[in-house]
Amino acid sequence: MRLIREFEEHCLEMAVAGTIVGGIHPYIGQEAVAVGVSAHLREDDVITSTHRGHGHVLAKGADPKRTLAELYGASTGLNRGRGGSMHAADVGLGVYGANGIVGAGAPIAVGAAWAARRQGRDQQVAVAYFGDGALSQGVVLEAFNLAALWSLPVLFVCENNGYAISLPVDRGLAGDPVRRAAGFGLTAEAVDGMDVEAVTEAAGRAVAACRAGGGPHFLECVTYRFRGHHTVEHLMGINYRDEAEVASWTERDPLARQRARLAPAVADEVDAEIAALIAEAVAFAGSSPGSDPRDALDYLYAGTAPTRPGA
Amino acid sequence: MPSLSYIAALNQALRDEMARDERVCIFGEDVCLGLTGITKGLAEAHDGRVVDTPLSEQAFTSLATGAAIAGQRPVVEFQIPSLLYLVFEQIANQAHKFSLMTGGQASVPVTYLVPGSGSRSGMAGQHSDHPYSLLAHVGVKTAVPATPSDAYGLLLSAIREPDPVAVFAPTLLMGTSEEIDGDLDAVPLGSARTHREGTDVTVVAVGHLVPVALQVAADLAGEASVEVIDPRTVYPVDWETLGKSISRTGRLVVIDDSNRMCGFGAEIAATAAEEFGLAVPPKRVSRPDGAVIPYALNLDHALLPDALELTKAIRAVLRR
Ligand SMILES: Cc1ncc(C[n+]2csc(CCOP(=O)(O)OP(=O)(O)O)c2C)c(N)n1
Repeated sequence: MRLIREFEEHCLEMAVAGTIVGGIHPYIGQEAVAVGVSAHLREDDVITSTHRGHGHVLAKGADPKRTLAELYGASTGLNRGRGGSMHAADVGLGVYGANGIVGAGAPIAVGAAWAARRQGRDQQVAVAYFGDGALSQGVVLEAFNLAALWSLPVLFVCENNGYAISLPVDRGLAGDPVRRAAGFGLTAEAVDGMDVEAVTEAAGRAVAACRAGGGPHFLECVTYRFRGHHTVEHLMGINYRDEAEVASWTERDPLARQRARLAPAVADEVDAEIAALIAEAVAFAGSSPGSDPRDALDYLYAGTAPTRPGA
Repeated sequence: MPSLSYIAALNQALRDEMARDERVCIFGEDVCLGLTGITKGLAEAHDGRVVDTPLSEQAFTSLATGAAIAGQRPVVEFQIPSLLYLVFEQIANQAHKFSLMTGGQASVPVTYLVPGSGSRSGMAGQHSDHPYSLLAHVGVKTAVPATPSDAYGLLLSAIREPDPVAVFAPTLLMGTSEEIDGDLDAVPLGSARTHREGTDVTVVAVGHLVPVALQVAADLAGEASVEVIDPRTVYPVDWETLGKSISRTGRLVVIDDSNRMCGFGAEIAATAAEEFGLAVPPKRVSRPDGAVIPYALNLDHALLPDALELTKAIRAVLRR
């Protein structure tokens, strides 16, 4: 959690400074979800992530240096500077990409789970992360249906942070997420997404059941994002959450909660370790070479297709 | 010489490729039964690799993407060409972009099979589109085979390709057959086929319009020497073969069963005008701008490019 928090705090600075050109969708406040779920994931498990994906990607084990370099657009980045914040991926680590389209990753995760079963990798699971807003995307519900119908090892993790940009969940969603998922035949429960121990416990059961052939599971993690939807939001002068609401959630900061459970010396040690990691990542990303504009369309095709220039 | 039907050719390509490569699997609606004939018998031969899906185009199109990244070679069959509009996000925005966005970390070897493409005579607005130009515009490799042997060879190449590839099987060809002598072989994507040599004018046609162009060329034989070329894939295009022919004849007519605006014909004509030294301006024969095919048969046929229009266009470029 500390790594994700520090990484994101640094990203916020870089977004303001314009180093991260597209800005970011901060994950701050939601760290317990990615960490609690990833605690049970192995390297060959697959995740699909969202526009708010740094936490998921880092928690799955992506190298912070290369992740940061990606946000810089550097050629040493995870995606060689072609993906950036919204598409950060480490396919070798099972990270099938953050995704700029709400809900789009859910059926991709189902496909990975189907392939794993077909290839006899029965112990593998696929996790699809998405927000409460994605529950209104038809393709997510289609993905629920396929996963349940074929009893695939998929864990759908809905991070209900209360808003889809400015739309509060109670104005965007009819009914209840858990009951909705259960209606498709998923084993579903809600959990306190501000408490990493609670998420870890619930995700542990869900992942174990998926591995044991128990079919798809759904976890609603009730959480909150402490910052704006995107880093340009403050420039737009829009406001949809009152200060008291934000304050009541920041009091439940998952990092503070976990820190209180640790011996102070241990917590300090973690902090120091993370500070060093971030410093190293910043140095690595900052000194990484950029990309050559002549190569802008490299990797468009895995096979051949001569692409004609535009002019 | 054995006779091979267009549908049997597609079926044979799937059969051969499934036998050769166990990663190949098929998703779609009624594919176990083989509703279109293309997947007939494959479910019985390959347990678990032919998957009847619920009516969830968006989910199963991206399911194929996930499975492909995870090492499978999925073929997705769509029941109606206009369903591509439903899954444009999953193809154009997800599968096609994955390789570049990840900096080449992975590829998405999915084949989208679109049988029954184009007018089905009387099936009206939502069942008569032939949307191959759409995917070519986005950059999805796209084949429109005109003969059974090309159907076999292009589908084989599509499945073997590491990138997403769409294969359109035009309605009007599904019932056709061809005498085959010798072995069927893969046809490389991006390779055109010169069906008929000629010296006065180059006609470029794809899919079911290839036989139309050949008939017109034969009918005009005493009057003009017409070269007929089928690019076979509308993306990528075999510019070399097209360029050589067009530069030699100096005259071009494209017949294209997509809408005129931003259609495939527009691209061929523009490139020829820019690069191939045309002696006279090119002509296009296509559906009208933004066409929606009406129900009544005479209205349906009125909007489709045909032999008569092609003949007129050829005569027009020859006169100049
Ligand atoms: C299909 C789609 N619709 C709209 C958008 C624009 N958009 C980006 S993020 C977002 C809100 C998503 O809300 P939610 O799923 O709850 O995730 P959160 O941002 O809260 O993490 C919207 C509307 C999009 N990217 N994709």
